[in-house]
Amino acid sequence: MTHNIYIYMLIMALVTYLIRVLPLTLIRKEITNTFIRSFLYYVPYVTLAAMTFPAMMDATDSPVAGAIAFIFAIILAWKGASLFVVSVLACIMVFVIELMPFIH
Amino acid sequence: MRNNLEASNKTAFLTGMKHGIPIALGYFAVAFTLGIVAKKAGVTALQSMIVSATNAASAGEYVGFTLIGEKAAYIELAIMTLVANARYMLLSCALSQKFSDKMKNIHRFLLGCFITDEIFGISISVPGKLNPFYTYGAAAVSVPAWSVGTYLGVVMGNILPKNVVSALSVGLYGMFIAIIIPPSKKDKKIASLVVISMVASYLSARIPLIASISSGTRIIFITVVISSVAALLFPLKEERKDEA
Repeated sequence: MTHNIYIYMLIMALVTYLIRVLPLTLIRKEITNTFIRSFLYYVPYVTLAAMTFPAMMDATDSPVAGAIAFIFAIILAWKGASLFVVSVLACIMVFVIELMPFIH
Repeated sequence: MRNNLEASNKTAFLTGMKHGIPIALGYFAVAFTLGIVAKKAGVTALQSMIVSATNAASAGEYVGFTLIGEKAAYIELAIMTLVANARYMLLSCALSQKFSDKMKNIHRFLLGCFITDEIFGISISVPGKLNPFYTYGAAAVSVPAWSVGTYLGVVMGNILPKNVVSALSVGLYGMFIAIIIPPSKKDKKIASLVVISMVASYLSARIPLIASISSGTRIIFITVVISSVAALLFPLKEERKDEA
């Protein structure tokens, strides 16, 4: 059986869109159940934290550079730096550290 | 009145664009590497760009391109796309609570195109209700960067120096950190959740059998378990309704 690339593409787009749009369109009211409200309130923090660590160390060529940038970014964010500043300085940190010959 | 509303939509859009810049930088780098995967699977640059524009999903697209390369069955592609992207369902549920009653229906359908981890992250963290134009602004700079990045990844493969790709790849995570740290500073419960989630994520990525499960699935599992426990232990109080 041969597979058409455009059908593949359509399936991916459709499935991905439905996953996103169904909750947005079906949940019309403010949820009053305390458990669900609390659960949804905590979801972004848990999911973003879980996605960041340890993935940040695995994303860079040198895990040490990723780890240092991770700590550096936390300090910057703690001091109140903006999204953009934290993000760009974390990138620069990785670049500089990976230039050092003893980091591999 | 009407003018005010339009002005605020414009402001929201521009703010969204500004906040979308670090997302775009990170997307560009990640998409570039995704393009390399697409090329290996035999997908052309233009096709991969369309996939990126219509999916805007890193893990989902990665899985998709890999399966296309293996000439998988359509149903298998559908199921794996669902699994790899299932966390968006949670994010969408959370975002559905962020809308004003007055928001037009069309925005729900449009916003459905743009709920990525990153765009969701900044959209959910705006104070009060979400103006959808903020999200559109962020999407207007980041989704094209994602799509063009994929295209260039296929065309140029390894032209961008390795250390530049490496440096750019932490941009997204820097942004996540900037989203989760300020609330952690104010609220010890959130701070402990962040730490616990990171430890759980680290362990799940390193323990042999569990680590072989895809990262998307592991993150859904961690998110559901930890958020449920947190919701049971620290339920939100009624008067905080508007904040969440």
